[in-house]
Amino acid sequence: MSKIFEFMKPYTAMILCATVLLVVEAICALALPGYMADIVNDGVLPGNIPLIWRNGAVMLLITLLGVIAALAMGYLGARAAAGVANDLRQAVFQKVLYFSNAEMNRFAVSSLITRTTNDITQIQSTLVMALRQFIYAPIIGIGGIILALERSVSMTWIIALAVICLVGLVAIMLVLVMPKYKMIQKLIDRLNQVSRENLSGILIVRAFSTQKFEKKRFDKANKDLAETNRFVDQAFAFMTPSIMLIMNLTTALIVWIGARQASAFRIDIGDIFAFLQYGLLIIFAFLMVAIMFVILPRAMVSAERIKEVLETGSSLLYKKEPTKFPADFKGVVEFRNVSFHYPDTTENDDNVLNDISFIAKPGGTTAIIGSTGAGKTTILKLLLRFYDVTGGAIFIDGIDIRDLGKKELHDKINYIPQKSLLFSGTIRSNLLYADKSATEERIKNAADIAQAEAFIQRKPQGYESNVAQGGSNFSGGQKQRLSIARALVKNAPIYLFDDSFSALDLKTDALLRAALKRKTNKSTKLVVAQRISTIMNADQIVVLDNGKITGCGTHAELMKTCEVYKEIAASQLSEEELNK
Amino acid sequence: MSQQSSEQNNSYDPMDEINIGMQGLAQKAKDPKKTIKKLMDYLSPHKTALITALFFAMFSTVFSVIGPRLLGRVTTALVDGMLAFWFGTGLLTNFPYMAKITGWLIALYIVSSICSAAQGIIMARLSVKVTYKLRTEISEKMHKLPINYYDTRSHGEILSRVTNDVDTMSQTLNQNLTQLVSSVTTLVGVLAMMIWISPLMTAVAVLVIPLSMLVMMAVLKRSYVYFSEQQKVLGELSGIVEETYSGRDIVCAYNGETDAEERFAKANKKLRSCAWKAQFMTSIVEPIFSFVGNLGYVIVCVLGGYLAVRRVITIGDVQAFIQYIQIFTQPLGELGATSNMMQSTIAAAERVFEFLEEEEEVKDTEKSMRKKQCKGRVSFQNVRFGYQPDKIILRDFSAEIAPGQTVAIVGPTGAGKTTVVKLLMRFYELNAGKILIDDIDATNFTRGDLRSIFGMVLQDTWLYNATIMENIRYGSPNATDEEVIAAAKTAHCHNFIRTLPGGYNMVLNEEATNISQGQKQLFTIARVVLKNPAILILDEATSSIDTRTEILIQKAMKNIMQGRTSFVIAHRLSTIRDADLILVMKDGNIMEQGNHQQLLEAQGFYADLYNSQFTEGVVTEELNS
Repeated sequence: MSKIFEFMKPYTAMILCATVLLVVEAICALALPGYMADIVNDGVLPGNIPLIWRNGAVMLLITLLGVIAALAMGYLGARAAAGVANDLRQAVFQKVLYFSNAEMNRFAVSSLITRTTNDITQIQSTLVMALRQFIYAPIIGIGGIILALERSVSMTWIIALAVICLVGLVAIMLVLVMPKYKMIQKLIDRLNQVSRENLSGILIVRAFSTQKFEKKRFDKANKDLAETNRFVDQAFAFMTPSIMLIMNLTTALIVWIGARQASAFRIDIGDIFAFLQYGLLIIFAFLMVAIMFVILPRAMVSAERIKEVLETGSSLLYKKEPTKFPADFKGVVEFRNVSFHYPDTTENDDNVLNDISFIAKPGGTTAIIGSTGAGKTTILKLLLRFYDVTGGAIFIDGIDIRDLGKKELHDKINYIPQKSLLFSGTIRSNLLYADKSATEERIKNAADIAQAEAFIQRKPQGYESNVAQGGSNFSGGQKQRLSIARALVKNAPIYLFDDSFSALDLKTDALLRAALKRKTNKSTKLVVAQRISTIMNADQIVVLDNGKITGCGTHAELMKTCEVYKEIAASQLSEEELNK
Repeated sequence: MSQQSSEQNNSYDPMDEINIGMQGLAQKAKDPKKTIKKLMDYLSPHKTALITALFFAMFSTVFSVIGPRLLGRVTTALVDGMLAFWFGTGLLTNFPYMAKITGWLIALYIVSSICSAAQGIIMARLSVKVTYKLRTEISEKMHKLPINYYDTRSHGEILSRVTNDVDTMSQTLNQNLTQLVSSVTTLVGVLAMMIWISPLMTAVAVLVIPLSMLVMMAVLKRSYVYFSEQQKVLGELSGIVEETYSGRDIVCAYNGETDAEERFAKANKKLRSCAWKAQFMTSIVEPIFSFVGNLGYVIVCVLGGYLAVRRVITIGDVQAFIQYIQIFTQPLGELGATSNMMQSTIAAAERVFEFLEEEEEVKDTEKSMRKKQCKGRVSFQNVRFGYQPDKIILRDFSAEIAPGQTVAIVGPTGAGKTTVVKLLMRFYELNAGKILIDDIDATNFTRGDLRSIFGMVLQDTWLYNATIMENIRYGSPNATDEEVIAAAKTAHCHNFIRTLPGGYNMVLNEEATNISQGQKQLFTIARVVLKNPAILILDEATSSIDTRTEILIQKAMKNIMQGRTSFVIAHRLSTIRDADLILVMKDGNIMEQGNHQQLLEAQGFYADLYNSQFTEGVVTEELNS
């Protein structure tokens, strides 16, 4: 919560004004019953009509003042809350943008999205409500009690009793029903999960004729949900009439007791009416605060989650005065005794990479091969500084990459990830992602090499075709080709291919690689691959096994010396291919 | 409540939560009349309960409406007594009378609350019952729809009918329906009471209130506009956030941070400007309501006071009138909200009924040619098929497959290689021609019997939220643990399973992170081993599986293919070359068929494809030299 207060600071003036307005509004609401009592006591009973008109006019003015204050307060409150939400969102977004992969993994993307959107929206609406209820309700409650005491001390016990009953009722509901109420969401999730599994496995379910089994599974989830719902709904069905009953009985009791006291001349008749009004105001105030205590914990959770993001520092620090590459950039990449383990794991036992050393030269291809989990992609991510190495160092042209500025480093690297991801916009806006000033010719050329030109041209809107979020309106192969084209437009001297051809059919793959070869013949290329046929002819193949290099050399060399490589090769290639 | 769930929710969709905020905004149904009729039919078995609840709701309201009038009587008795005392014309107060009235009053309030609670409980039970039934029907329907229904719809769309739409319906049943009755009753009852007390005051009050209601309507309308606007911008912003966060590697590697910041800031600013307006509109609804209430209150106080002095009405009636005027504004607001809710409910019901009324699969044959021992002979006779009737992709396909033979289906990505498989298992109906299994037309089996002949392993593995043991047992519920383990051994996953935490009892979730795609495929192979089918359908792995697991998969597949007719969607050259029959597919159609040698000699598409495989080596060489 304290973090949220920090963000409220710029809006202090607004919030203070809103508070003052709230006080005015509350005073207005509290003033009315008094005037009404006077109308009865001094107007109706003695038959003083001018006093009735006069008090009426005053009440009208007070009502008007009250609504004006409320509207102004609503305006200020809404502006302040929207402002706080706006600033919070911007702060969270900027923070996440510069997280390293370590922080991204810690939070998970879906959670970060919720934190940036829903959590903050939750804070925004709670802020306005809290402002209103936590200031307005206590004033009404306390003011109401004082004014009620002024009218009659002896009847206050009725209000106290009513409040105690209500608080007791709410407490019982909180204890009995809330846990079940919270369970409902989990049960809905479960129902959703089973339905989703049924949908995604529709072929399997039919192939194995397990419809009956699935129905049973669904029925279990459905029944659990229905039973919990029945309990909660019935509890709520009981709750509202109970509150109504307490309020109604309070009214009846006040009038009855009031009448007895009035006939003993201990209280004026008008005061009974005023007391009744105050009583209802007090009860409402308590209910408001009770409701806030139901809403507030949710907002607190949101605030806590936002704070967590804001207080997480990026584990990557870029130098204040970074080194720059000399003008004659070559692009020699060197890994020197690099080891790496994830931040939340301990050294040695959990090292993802151990003592990795190799040099990748401009104009050549360095391939990295190994089974899943061997650490291939991690090597590329370290070079991109998504993480920092935990041992050794990585150099480009002899400069430790940790001495470079962020832009300086990433300007030199073309990264084509395993999972192609496009951004919403058009094909053109995606290809222009790295360099907005790229010429038409460069774009066409890149698309041509990436074998994307043909399918782009087949689209009615060509380069202006719409790209949906994440590129979901393109096939896997098309996305991959566009993501390669995007890298080619960037035209940086170092290429990192992370299994970037996996979604292409063999023919396209071959054509693409032939074209790519001509384009990148002077660049440094690092290729991560699963298939030996893809990298058989690389200048240097690094074989990874469990985070260690078990072999490094050309295909022919490795076939003689490296057991792991031979094993992989044997599994993928036929005899004749191997011996070719 | 949506908060806690979202993170456990695997296929997270931020729009889900945004939609929750949208529920207040009504959606329009296409044909409300028809839907309402269907809804009525649907509720007719619960007619008695429904009518009872509605009567309870009405009673409860009527009783509570009478309350203030009785309370007023007490006050009047009191004032009359005091006045009488002052003027010396009577007793101070008529206590027995007051006690009697107060007693009645308390009884009335209690009965009213009991009625209201009874109504609530009946409706809660009813709505839970109806919800449960609707969901069961939807779930059953899911298994009866033809596969092609799912080709054109997203899972999210169907899922939202199971949860959101049914929820909306249940809410309306639970609250809004009786709310409607009690709102109308309150409105009529209070109005009647007010007229009874004083037609003049009622006239004034009724004149003031609709005026304020008009202001109210204008505010609500505006707020609707701002809210939809806010939801729209929020959706936009969520889109930016989602793609930036999930594509952060790219953003970072391409120095796209500034660009992303600018895009976000722009959307954020836009959101701010409509967020405060929406927020403002929400926060003024209550003050305006209470203003209307207070306005009525003041008018009644003044006018009532004046009339009381003139002895036109009693003071107790003024007091009652004050209470009535406060109640009077309530049902008006509720009716507005309820009508909004009703609209979304009808729209939701329409979607649910639409789904329940979708055309189902062609009925199974009555007399199934169930076979104990299937040899595995398959023949396609002049098969004609298209996913859409006007787009025929298989024109006239015939082939004979002898028991134990292997058929390889090859072709570029997107060529429709799974079509043949889907037809074999009768996921789709043929447009013409026949498929015979052991010389019996496939349509002479029930689907269940037909499919029991096949075992299928797809690349897109499907496992469900249960233990590994149960996942392997899927489809053979009577298998013992020993049989499951034996199957796992044949499928080469026994050793690996043993190293997992919990072994065979490890629960798989959708994101089972410590289990690779390849290992999942081994589970599905074990599943097929256990089922022991006569004919196999296999989908060979492409590239995303690591080599060691792939070796295991190959061995496992070879194990189970022995002696069985097999259809393999093939990527590996060796499989293709060894196949007895190769079906070469392109654009959904079978271009060529024959064995490897025949097809190479034909110099057609297959030869092209095959050669590109070899030129690849040449190209790679060129690339790296």
